[in-house]
Amino acid sequence: MSKPQFVYVTYIETTPTRLWEALTSSEFTKQYWFGAEVRSDWKIGSPFALLLDGETTDSGEILEADPPRRLSYSFKHQKYEELRGEPISRVVFTIEPFGSLVRLTVLHDGFVEGGKYLGAVSNGWPAILSGLKSLLERGKVLAIPRTALNKGFDAK
Amino acid sequence: MNLDQFKPLTVYTIYIAATRDKVWEALTSAEFSRKYFSGFAVEMEPRLGGKFIVRALDGSEHISGDVFEYDPPNRLTVTWNVNWPDLVAKLGTTLVTYEIEQAGEAVRLTMSERHDRPLSDDILSGGRTGWPAILSGLKSLLETGKAPQIKMAPPVQMLEALKAMGIKTP
Repeated sequence: MSKPQFVYVTYIETTPTRLWEALTSSEFTKQYWFGAEVRSDWKIGSPFALLLDGETTDSGEILEADPPRRLSYSFKHQKYEELRGEPISRVVFTIEPFGSLVRLTVLHDGFVEGGKYLGAVSNGWPAILSGLKSLLERGKVLAIPRTALNKGFDAK
Repeated sequence: MNLDQFKPLTVYTIYIAATRDKVWEALTSAEFSRKYFSGFAVEMEPRLGGKFIVRALDGSEHISGDVFEYDPPNRLTVTWNVNWPDLVAKLGTTLVTYEIEQAGEAVRLTMSERHDRPLSDDILSGGRTGWPAILSGLKSLLETGKAPQIKMAPPVQMLEALKAMGIKTP
């Protein structure tokens, strides 16, 4: 059986550079990541933080940065007590040109078997990345309520 | 067919700025599917027990099945059997379910591919590679009026695994 991880692939009509910018600029993330801001200088070894309403919800450090191809950071939840005990996870974004499109693969791994964090992450990414695709393709995000992040399927 | 035996082995969720009716129509009509599904025509008799076909460009039935759950525009389950010799005999029936839910002003579409037995990651790689491309195209089509051309390479990993099981592939 495969180890607990979450993988999501989406095809976006954009350029790798624009997609890189959308993943690393708070101006963009605030729009499609349900108000969240990303903070980092995006250099390997530098700190990474995700802020919601000014409060750090997740933090880590930059593990890989090869613009506009590959970005990876460690990810540790800080806000909710029940998720705080989970191990440090890792997010890897792979950006590949695909004809006139870009293929974005998001891998999130480092979860414990039976932990809650994988389920939360599995519900969150499809909503976030669907919004990102809409923003880049039509200049407008989706009006998805934040509660959408709590629904969806239970990842196995 | 005992539904309880079928487990979701591939799940893909995508949010789309459209109505549920529009998403349902895009999933079940040839006019739409040809644009986002590599030219394949989805033909469905709109009733429980109706025929469900995915027709290739040469007119052949690439996938044949029946409508197993029919609740427009909320939920559709079809048997999704690829017409390659021995494939269904060796892999069992495939069920594909689309769940279409309102999520604010958007629609959440969840595709689940269910099987009645465990299958290897190699066998499943075909669907796992294909669904994101198909459903990314469907989303773009409904949101921008234009489906991007996502040219997929043949699913080599799956074809090799099928061949190893003695299933003839094109």
